[in-house]
Amino acid sequence: MLGMFQHSSPKSKDIARERLRMVLVNDRVGVSPHLLEDVRRDILKAVSGYMQVDEQHMEIALRTRENSVSLVADIPVQQVLRGAGPGK
Amino acid sequence: MGEVIVFTSGKGGVGKTTTTANIGTALALLGKKVAMVDADIGLRNLDVVMGLENRIVYDLVDVAEGFCRLKQALIKDKRFDGLYLLPAAQTKDKDAISPDQMRKICAELKEEFDYVLIDSPAGIEQGFRNAVAGADRAVVVTTPDVSAVRDADRVIGLLEAGGMDDPRLVINRIRAEMVRRGDMMDIDDVIDNLAIHLLGVVPEDEVIVVSTNRGEPAILSRSSRAGQAFRNIARRLTGENVPLMHIEDDAGILQRMARLVGLGRR
Repeated sequence: MLGMFQHSSPKSKDIARERLRMVLVNDRVGVSPHLLEDVRRDILKAVSGYMQVDEQHMEIALRTRENSVSLVADIPVQQVLRGAGPGK
Repeated sequence: MGEVIVFTSGKGGVGKTTTTANIGTALALLGKKVAMVDADIGLRNLDVVMGLENRIVYDLVDVAEGFCRLKQALIKDKRFDGLYLLPAAQTKDKDAISPDQMRKICAELKEEFDYVLIDSPAGIEQGFRNAVAGADRAVVVTTPDVSAVRDADRVIGLLEAGGMDDPRLVINRIRAEMVRRGDMMDIDDVIDNLAIHLLGVVPEDEVIVVSTNRGEPAILSRSSRAGQAFRNIARRLTGENVPLMHIEDDAGILQRMARLVGLGRR
């Protein structure tokens, strides 16, 4: 209702919440170095039913950009298993 | 057999000591037998906040080193039945005591008291490890700003890594008017980011400054919103189900009326 009187710039609490989210993502990864190893293991487990991948050359990392964090996985595929999939 | 609860935060200045003092006093007023332990060796403050600074004879380090018995070091607060303070040493440093000694002192206090409240120093080093060593439960105190919540997250991680299940969060010094304007994070903004249950929310309140000046806990002031919040938290610690108070309630009467008739923003 009072919207017309407000500035269009983002509210400082939204900036705070976003900065907090980013800082916690980075802190938590830094605090538990095993976390990425666990993620890597579980991703391998998940894809192994569908395709054969090159574990040796698999790369997984968290990439921080300006205002987002992405989980980037680079997994070379050697072979897609025929007929594999959910329900099998 | 009582319960040992540590009040910790990571960041300094968020109100650990004020929280410990007020909740300790509130528990005593509920008829519990309470010992408050100042674990901030070298920077003691709980004695001053409680107005008991002139009554210190022995301290925590004296007890740990066997210079005196535990009972001799406990200061009885004459204003409140069942409330005692074990002050920190002021002229020693954090290494003057070990986690094992703390565990032993906590175990002995638990025999005698319903609640043993430990006021932890800021930081995550030796002083923090001492403070949490003998605790059964932990209350993490934060304020609604990025740095305090970040430190709280770190402390929660350390508590859980140390086997402390289910710590609880107190969000201190929240300002309803700023939350309404969108200039302060609200309860959900804080909670959503931390894996922890909420124990209570305490509004910013000038009464805290006045009561700290006087050395009288703010819960004694019936009109204090922060005092009411601390009394509620104390009751929750005893297992009572007390709903959160609305932080909006301390808004000005005009704003409240405006919202009532649908003019104001929520």
